[in-house]
Amino acid sequence: MTGNAYLQMGLYFCVLMLLAKPLGVYMARVYEGRSSGLNRALGPVERLFYRICGINPDEEMSWKKYAGAVLLFSAAGFLFLYLLQRLQGMLPLNPQKFAGVPPDLAFNTAVSFITNTNWQSYGGETTLSYLTQMAGLGVQNFVSAASGMAVLVALIRGITRHSSETIGNYWVDLTRSTLYILIPLSLVYSLLLVSQGVVQTFSGYKTVQLAQTITYDKPKLDDKGSPVKDEKGNPVTEKAEMKEQVIPLGPAASQIAIKQLGTNGGGFFNANAAHPLENPTALSNFLEVLAILLIPAALCITFGRMVGDIRQGWALLSAMTIVLVTLMVLCTWSEQGGSPRFASFGVDQSANDLQPGGNMEGKEARFGIVNSAIWATATTAASNGSVNSMHDSYSPLGGLYPLLLIQLGEVIFGGVGSGLYGMLVMAIITVFLAGLMVGRTPEYLGKKIEMFEMKMAALVILIVNALVKVGTALGVATAAGVAGVANPGPHGFTEILYAFSSAANNNGSAFAGLSANTVFYNTALGIAMFIGRFWVIIPVLAIAGSLAKKKQVPASLGTLPTHTPLFIALLIGVILIVGALSFLPAWALGPLAEQVTAAR
Amino acid sequence: MVALIRTSLMLLLLFMILTGVLYPIAVTGIAHGVFPQQATGSIIVKNGKAVGSRLIGQQFDDPKYFWGRLSATSPYPYNGAASTGSNLGPTNPNLTAAAEGRIKALREAEPGNTSKIPVDLVTASGSGLDPHISPAAAEYQLHRVAMARGIDDAAVRALVAQHTQEKRLGIIGEPVVNVLALNIALDER
Repeated sequence: MTGNAYLQMGLYFCVLMLLAKPLGVYMARVYEGRSSGLNRALGPVERLFYRICGINPDEEMSWKKYAGAVLLFSAAGFLFLYLLQRLQGMLPLNPQKFAGVPPDLAFNTAVSFITNTNWQSYGGETTLSYLTQMAGLGVQNFVSAASGMAVLVALIRGITRHSSETIGNYWVDLTRSTLYILIPLSLVYSLLLVSQGVVQTFSGYKTVQLAQTITYDKPKLDDKGSPVKDEKGNPVTEKAEMKEQVIPLGPAASQIAIKQLGTNGGGFFNANAAHPLENPTALSNFLEVLAILLIPAALCITFGRMVGDIRQGWALLSAMTIVLVTLMVLCTWSEQGGSPRFASFGVDQSANDLQPGGNMEGKEARFGIVNSAIWATATTAASNGSVNSMHDSYSPLGGLYPLLLIQLGEVIFGGVGSGLYGMLVMAIITVFLAGLMVGRTPEYLGKKIEMFEMKMAALVILIVNALVKVGTALGVATAAGVAGVANPGPHGFTEILYAFSSAANNNGSAFAGLSANTVFYNTALGIAMFIGRFWVIIPVLAIAGSLAKKKQVPASLGTLPTHTPLFIALLIGVILIVGALSFLPAWALGPLAEQVTAAR
Repeated sequence: MVALIRTSLMLLLLFMILTGVLYPIAVTGIAHGVFPQQATGSIIVKNGKAVGSRLIGQQFDDPKYFWGRLSATSPYPYNGAASTGSNLGPTNPNLTAAAEGRIKALREAEPGNTSKIPVDLVTASGSGLDPHISPAAAEYQLHRVAMARGIDDAAVRALVAQHTQEKRLGIIGEPVVNVLALNIALDER
């Protein structure tokens, strides 16, 4: 690996940690209902929201009511987003005159955005009107992220409260997350992005004159518009000329800011953050990849503040960082290695001051290898899922690391809120295992971990795990599943495995060669995303409710401290064993098999 | 239950107005005031005509122009209306075939050039619209472009340097050459 690679990663983590601390402290103030500096400006808006919606901000909810509110609000979001897509053809702000989105695709996209997955079965610039992007996808980018943060805060309250029947008010948590955290950050971010060249306009696409006319083979169409084929069944082509280019535009920057900050990841354009109008420069790239981990990292600090022991937050953040840095270095190293096949025909793949070298297929020149690998691992560690390079074209091992990060259950940073509540479930499992080893009742932050909490924690892990495997099996075993595969051999299997891992864990990135815009994949992945989100939220809130009811037990000599290097090591061990071990056989069929083929 | 449903719908409506309408309108307003050029696609205008975007690459295969990355968009390369990468896997034979095709074209355009070809010239970009190549890829093609235009290498090299963006702060990103801007500058010479 080059020295510059270490420098860029070092700079990235330094800036991330420097910003995480103040933001984390600020968010703790927001959730504890204390004055946060923006109250003057936003307080009236907040109170207006409560008044119009008939919300009593002082009302407390039981975990069941809290869960009910999450589900109802998501259901409303789904319904609205589905209808908006179906009807976009008749609605305003549609300069390209796109027709309504077909039912299966609209279902998939609606589920995808309410679950904070943002899997892209759609191609932004070819399918969706500006209105659908803004008032549909954009809104869910905000509220699905805020929902995740709300559930996390409820779980933290479960830990800090004792002998309590309630865990807070979902409406208040949702509103405060959006108003005080997501909107101000997004405003600043979107303007920074526009300064780099990300587009932000309501005018339609622009047509420009090409410098050099393109001649290409155009498929010949008959009167009905279907392709003409010759006797052998190959499509007939004719020479055609193209003198113009279409520059796609739209209100992109406002959407990309929240898409990165809220670990959403659904692109405004099809190529996502590889698209030069979505991520034009090295600087915009730095800002966007920083945004991916910013809130998830800061929430660890928020957690530490709210439980009254900042070391607890740093411990979780350290565990996350150690795993991510390791995989980031491995991924960069793999991609800088390049392809043995290219070496044999006189291609220069060395990394130096004049070129990025390595495996440049699917990567942009301005990002090179290093920034592509940093992004690929950060976006899969967090459940962001936006991409600035095409993971499908990564070397076999280079592509395995992002896949592994997804399969670890999106707890290494993870989604905003959802990552940390997943991580807290892992911490509960870790104290339980440690308790088993020494024969004591496990406890976490003064709360006894008993049968009910363990059952719920096990559910969280098993449901997602099963979804990935059953889904992949279905994809491999059915003709409709196999039909979507783009690349031959083990790589094709990896495409299916990656799709279901990404959907069930609510990541949203893809080995994008897979043709996922089919009834089979739209439906199957839609179901996986739905279960993967809400069947995790419900057990997590159940844990919150159960912990809130318990009494605080004072720490004794036999208590396992949960802020020490020993605990961090145990936690990483548990994450790797649970996440990685269960997928080892699947890797052997996909990336590992391909690596063996590639090396031959 | 009815109260919860009512609250859900009302709150969603308010968020839609705030984050789905007011927020993008506010950003658009400020963006057009402060960064009008960037917000509308960084369009290059020549003699009153829009000839491209600084940020969107174009297809070049004439020897007198610098060539950019391969583009996997369909039905023709650098189709701005439909961005996509090739998504070819590392062991897919089509990946090597595409690279070999490019290598052949480069060698035919300049038979005398036997130096190794920088990898970014034989691979497709992630967006299919990459406006840049590496400085090494520009250097590789420099002599061919100079010959085709009947000018000396030094003049072309100076133009390349003008259109090269170094690493930000000396650390972030990769040094790149803007292919379209460079080619337009060559034509204007």
